[in-house]
Amino acid sequence: MSPHCIAEKRPKPYAVLSSTPSDSHTWNLLFVQMLMEENGWSVTNLGACVPVAMLMDESLRRVPDMIVLSTVNGHGAQEARQVIAALRAQPSLARVPVALGGKLCVSEDRERAVVDELVAAGFDAVLVGDTAVPVFRSLLTRAAAMPGRHAGRRA
Amino acid sequence: MTPAAPEGTFHAFMERARRTGTLVVQPRMGFGTAAQMRAGLIATKDAGPGTVGTVTLDSFTRVGDFASAGRALRAGDELNGYPIVTLGPQVTRDMLDGVRDADFPVQVRHGSASPGPIFAALMAAGLDATEGGPISYCLPYSRTPVNRSVHAWREVAQRFASLAETGTVPHLESFGGCMLGQLCPPSLLIAISVLEGMFFAQQGITSVSLSYAQQTHAGQDEEAVRALHDIAADLLPSVSWHVVIYAYMGRYPATRTGALSLLSASARLARRSGAARLIVKTASEASQIPSIAENVTALRVAARAGRASGPSLGAPPSTGIEAEARSIIGRVLDLHADLGRALTSAFALGYLDVPYCLHPDNAGRTRSYIADDGRLQWAATGALPITGTGGRPKAGGLTSAELLHALSYVRDRYDTGAFAHQ
Repeated sequence: MSPHCIAEKRPKPYAVLSSTPSDSHTWNLLFVQMLMEENGWSVTNLGACVPVAMLMDESLRRVPDMIVLSTVNGHGAQEARQVIAALRAQPSLARVPVALGGKLCVSEDRERAVVDELVAAGFDAVLVGDTAVPVFRSLLTRAAAMPGRHAGRRA
Repeated sequence: MTPAAPEGTFHAFMERARRTGTLVVQPRMGFGTAAQMRAGLIATKDAGPGTVGTVTLDSFTRVGDFASAGRALRAGDELNGYPIVTLGPQVTRDMLDGVRDADFPVQVRHGSASPGPIFAALMAAGLDATEGGPISYCLPYSRTPVNRSVHAWREVAQRFASLAETGTVPHLESFGGCMLGQLCPPSLLIAISVLEGMFFAQQGITSVSLSYAQQTHAGQDEEAVRALHDIAADLLPSVSWHVVIYAYMGRYPATRTGALSLLSASARLARRSGAARLIVKTASEASQIPSIAENVTALRVAARAGRASGPSLGAPPSTGIEAEARSIIGRVLDLHADLGRALTSAFALGYLDVPYCLHPDNAGRTRSYIADDGRLQWAATGALPITGTGGRPKAGGLTSAELLHALSYVRDRYDTGAFAHQ
């Protein structure tokens, strides 16, 4: 391969952005969409109260380089388990990086404990608290630079 | 069967409060179990007189996912509100027994665009006050098409209105003045609130309230709430109505001082502008669902700030909010005699178009911004039937940093004490 080939422009990395089925909040989704677009991503923002089946359909229609769930209504930890189980059970989505962020529990003191559980359940990143946005930015950079992106992910 | 005691109604309580000029204060409280919910209501009642109880439902119930609400109850997972449908009417009647009475009415708050089962459950439990609307509970909170929400709300409002046959006056509040919580300019908040109040009246509801959520500038908010009163007086002549103010609904100050100072400002807004009721927020709003004790503190702080303030002597100078609101309302009313159909068409045509709203039926051609003086202004008016107040000085869309700045404007001001004297 010549250096010319390496520098060749790749298509933008593509993400599906979603809330959880019971979460109606959208300012968080709008912010995450803008942040991703500014970092060179193309984003399909599914908006509020996205049923699991809808997220699956959208992700299967065009397999994304990342799936991002943002939720702040306190039911996130409960609903995210169902979402990740459904995504990981689908062979073509099993290796797509999935990030989850926001406020995941009704009370803050429970949140730390559920982060590890959710990572164990299959999330590649669970982002809560003040560090969520900076960690998410670096995640975006890493995911966009991944050779072959989702195809070769999580070998 | 005895009908719900007429003297226990929300409507009668608010009528009395209005006559005596008391600012009624109300929390936004909802807990996942009957025992917690009852304890919350008792604490709210004890913080009175002049308080109204709230039963806020959980978000599984809001989207009609009763299976998940049941699963959470069985598993002991914490719900973010009271699962009224899953618990059933007898549990709710017992929960309210001896708490709800003539001096302490209770309102159910939910956020559902398909509220049939919720209305059935609250009416079966003997409750007579709730809130929402075909637009205000649809656009920000669901992906339900507007025409389906209108259909569902028409049906429940008519069913709710039939409570009158039992001697109770049912009360319905429009949540229209709270669209997306923040960054919706006042004229559109007023228009949606009044239109939903008229929609309820068209279904036979005789007691309504119209909401308005505190925004970014005290003077602008006062002008807006006065306009809301004037317009409602013209367009809702045959029903009983009052105005309810919501303490700021966007990103809340993180400091206790900032949060309580913002809450006090909302109580002063309510008093200055002649509103009858205030929905409070607590000092821990920024981080989690508040405890009962925090709610009680918020009710006391708000009531005290309300008592220390009185109606403004003169109206603030007009910046055209009332004219804009009347123009939007007039254009929607012209679309169809049936308000439900008019509202549906208005969204399709972009005559109603909420800035930054992601709902598939929202045209998405309007934008707002916070001007240098702190007022919320239109940056783009799309097809809204208004001329707007001039474009945003900076061309091009908002960046994520600018959006976050706008969303954090009030929080930052109050956390740093910049608004302390407002």
